[in-house]
Amino acid sequence: MSNPVEYKYSEEHEWISPVVDGIVTLGITDHAQSELGDVVYVDLPSVGDTFSKGDSIAVVESVKAASDVYTPVSGEVVEVNEALDAEPGTVNSDAIGAGWICKIKLDDPSELDELMDAAAYEEFCK
Amino acid sequence: MNADSIKCTPLCDKHVALGAKMVPFAGWNMPVQYTGIIDEHNTVRSACGVFDISHMGQFLVSGEGATEWLNSMFTNNLNKLVDGMGQYSIMLNEKGGVIDDLIIYQLGKDNFFVVVNASMIDEDYAWLTAHKPEGISLVNKSAEYVGLAVQGPACEEVFAKLCPGVQLPVRNGILMFECDGDAVVVCRTGYTGENGYEFFCPAEQGVKWFEKVMDCGAKPCGLGARDSLRLEMCYSLNGSDLSPEKTPLEAGLSWCCDLTKEFIGVDVLRAQKAEGRPTALVAIEYTGKGAPPRHGYEVQLPDGTPLGELCSGVLSPSLGKGIGMAYVPAALGKVGTEVNIVVRNKAVSAIIVKKPFLKK
Repeated sequence: MSNPVEYKYSEEHEWISPVVDGIVTLGITDHAQSELGDVVYVDLPSVGDTFSKGDSIAVVESVKAASDVYTPVSGEVVEVNEALDAEPGTVNSDAIGAGWICKIKLDDPSELDELMDAAAYEEFCK
Repeated sequence: MNADSIKCTPLCDKHVALGAKMVPFAGWNMPVQYTGIIDEHNTVRSACGVFDISHMGQFLVSGEGATEWLNSMFTNNLNKLVDGMGQYSIMLNEKGGVIDDLIIYQLGKDNFFVVVNASMIDEDYAWLTAHKPEGISLVNKSAEYVGLAVQGPACEEVFAKLCPGVQLPVRNGILMFECDGDAVVVCRTGYTGENGYEFFCPAEQGVKWFEKVMDCGAKPCGLGARDSLRLEMCYSLNGSDLSPEKTPLEAGLSWCCDLTKEFIGVDVLRAQKAEGRPTALVAIEYTGKGAPPRHGYEVQLPDGTPLGELCSGVLSPSLGKGIGMAYVPAALGKVGTEVNIVVRNKAVSAIIVKKPFLKK
């Protein structure tokens, strides 16, 4: 597994892509999908929903358990990965890429400074 | 359950070495999956899997009058059994509620091998001991066995390599014999709905036999697949689908309750049979799209009237849709009734169906 160096990571095992026009993409890490096992359902937020840092923004369900995805940043959902409705297993096969969950328009870009970089996250997972 | 008191089967280290994810279950540290629950589920449906069931309990009951006594403790009728055969049965409390479900095998006259649930070994043993007449021997052999459930359509080929020249017992049969220098027990039963058997060997030889079964073609499978496999067949899990507050008639297990004989709890069952059961354990299948059904989710009529809550639920790997079981008022639990399952405040449409979910 490789965690892109330009991404940020949370202790709850979410990743955040670099900011483009005030918007970031959020997903769960490869470590998280591996711990969950076969993902069979993703409960996505709706476009236009707003969340504060620490809120449950989505639920990723494996055969055995439902796990909340907590957003490490505050903002408004501007796009969701609807392809996960038909192919939730993409979260397993490509957690950092095609398995993204949603895009968020940031309220406060400084929240990103509180997150880990790839090296710190890999150390955190040990 | 704190980490200090959790128990390990003799196969624990082997599970970890095989890459299993371990979880606490019924006081035991058990593998929930190795490669993945869906893969393991499909292996059992299409080939052969092996489950560590060493956490389950085994009692030996013997002595003159054992048949008569156990007939007063369990719901099924032991007089239907012959030597070498077993039956599913249930032990009830005075209120007719379920203490445990079990399988009892007749080894000979007044001589029985009883397999009980892991979480209930101590309670079952205490209950039986408290009701046991003088002169009957009840021995808890649970720690002496490693148990391996070998399940799936290829299980007979696995057995032919495992114990060459030995004939598997017939369905529900038991065979005790010596193989590779060990005294082993094979019970032709299972919890998956597939052809299979449960193999018990001396605990200290457990790793050897687990490796042999895998070498003979069975893939190790965890509790996750065991749960989805049994739920597709509507096999009850004690602690989820069975409880001291529910009778076996409510659980849909009247087929193994002989109300013509006397046993603890029979009066309650007879009254329920005459007057009707208050609730019934029904099978519910998703018709709509939504997150997988799980234990505790509310079941409602489409108008919002609450019916009960799911005691078991899973996204069925074989059927590709949500399935679950719930106790609902018996009069409202007819097959074909449309219901909603409430998942995080969203209603998913579903329907009460005939058991089992998977027609084989």
